[in-house]
Amino acid sequence: MSDATALIANIPLDELIVCPQCDAAYRFKQPKSGERAVCQRCHKILIAPRHKAGKHIIAVSIAVVILIIAASVFPFLSISAAGRSNAVSILDAALSFTRGPLLVLALLTAGFIIFVPLLRMLLTLYVLVPVVFNHPPARHAMRAFRLSEALRPWSMAEIFALGCAVALVKVADLATVDFGPAFWMFGILVVLVIAQDGYLCKWSVWNSLEHPEKS
Amino acid sequence: MEFAGTSGKVITAREAGLVACTRCSRAWPIANKRCGRCGAKLVSRDFKSLQRVWALWVMGLICYFPANIYPMLVTRQLFNVDRSTIIGGAVDLAHHGAFGIAAIIIFASVVIPLGKFWAIAFLALHVREASGATAHRKLWLYEVVEYIGRWSMIDIFVVAILSALVQLKGLATITPGPAAFFFALSVIFTMLSAQAFDTRMIWNGQPKEDETPEHV
Ligand SMILES: [Zn+2]
Ligand SMILES: [Zn+2]
Repeated sequence: MSDATALIANIPLDELIVCPQCDAAYRFKQPKSGERAVCQRCHKILIAPRHKAGKHIIAVSIAVVILIIAASVFPFLSISAAGRSNAVSILDAALSFTRGPLLVLALLTAGFIIFVPLLRMLLTLYVLVPVVFNHPPARHAMRAFRLSEALRPWSMAEIFALGCAVALVKVADLATVDFGPAFWMFGILVVLVIAQDGYLCKWSVWNSLEHPEKS
Repeated sequence: MEFAGTSGKVITAREAGLVACTRCSRAWPIANKRCGRCGAKLVSRDFKSLQRVWALWVMGLICYFPANIYPMLVTRQLFNVDRSTIIGGAVDLAHHGAFGIAAIIIFASVVIPLGKFWAIAFLALHVREASGATAHRKLWLYEVVEYIGRWSMIDIFVVAILSALVQLKGLATITPGPAAFFFALSVIFTMLSAQAFDTRMIWNGQPKEDETPEHV
């Protein structure tokens, strides 16, 4: 047993926090609200608690759920040229691949831009609402949070937004484009989703699910 | 926060006879198989992950070829039908003077995917040795791949929007070509490949002396 091992052996396991990216072990010290604990070896952010983050995240999640549902059914964009016109919703755009193997693509696209973001918000609410309001965690809250984190890279609303910009330039030659109400809703939604991701401290959530009474 | 040892020296969980949960950062005795907090599987260093990384990498590459050969967009205007590939579409845009948009498409559909194939292969080949690049460089490369990889999907979304929107019967219609399917698969496979990579391996072959921790 080396010195290092002996030293670390004296620290209770639940006072250790290990960087998931490089395996460096730290003795846990709660950072002040607004400050962050960063891995000194690889600079990964380990803990980033914020004052009242829970309530903010809940508020934003509810707003995003409403916006996603509204933005998927209202008209998103419409074009017109030589007396002909066509209006589409986001759901139409996602489901435009409808033939043969492209059907798979339609489902994936709809998933990436509507259902995955929506599901992540619902899971976040399910996990956070009881904890933030000092109730015991919901059943399977850990599993729900795990799923929500696993889905994070597959939530692609912001990429879809940039895709819209590119598509608009491509269509500009062909026809005139009008923006529907869903277009603006989607814009707000993208900003909220990004803000919410920056606000959520993963470690704090795990910790409060493990020790609900302390938070 | 301070390193768990003393005097600012890095001690990894593995050296301390522990295994860490990569999902929730909790430490456990090395014999534990599952995290007692979040239920994730515990592996101290997932060397087997390299097989998964390579398998998904190959799948991604296989899909990338048809994605560039087949047409991505089929545009029907009055009497002519135009089938454009990914690169063809970008060249058309540049001809129309939309250089910025052409650059975005080339960047998202060609530069990012090819860069990703190279970067993942480089990391997977050099991860066991201290050679190739320093651990910090390798990690930086990994973070870039993970962050930027998703953005390749943009071209798929452009195709989706265009083919839903441009349905003006008798005037102009746009339909997606088979390349869209292969391109989306290629992006998904490379994203999964990058996710399968266990970054903790990067630090394993690293000589200890290199690891003067930088204070932030
Ligand atoms: Zn680290
Ligand atoms: Zn865990």
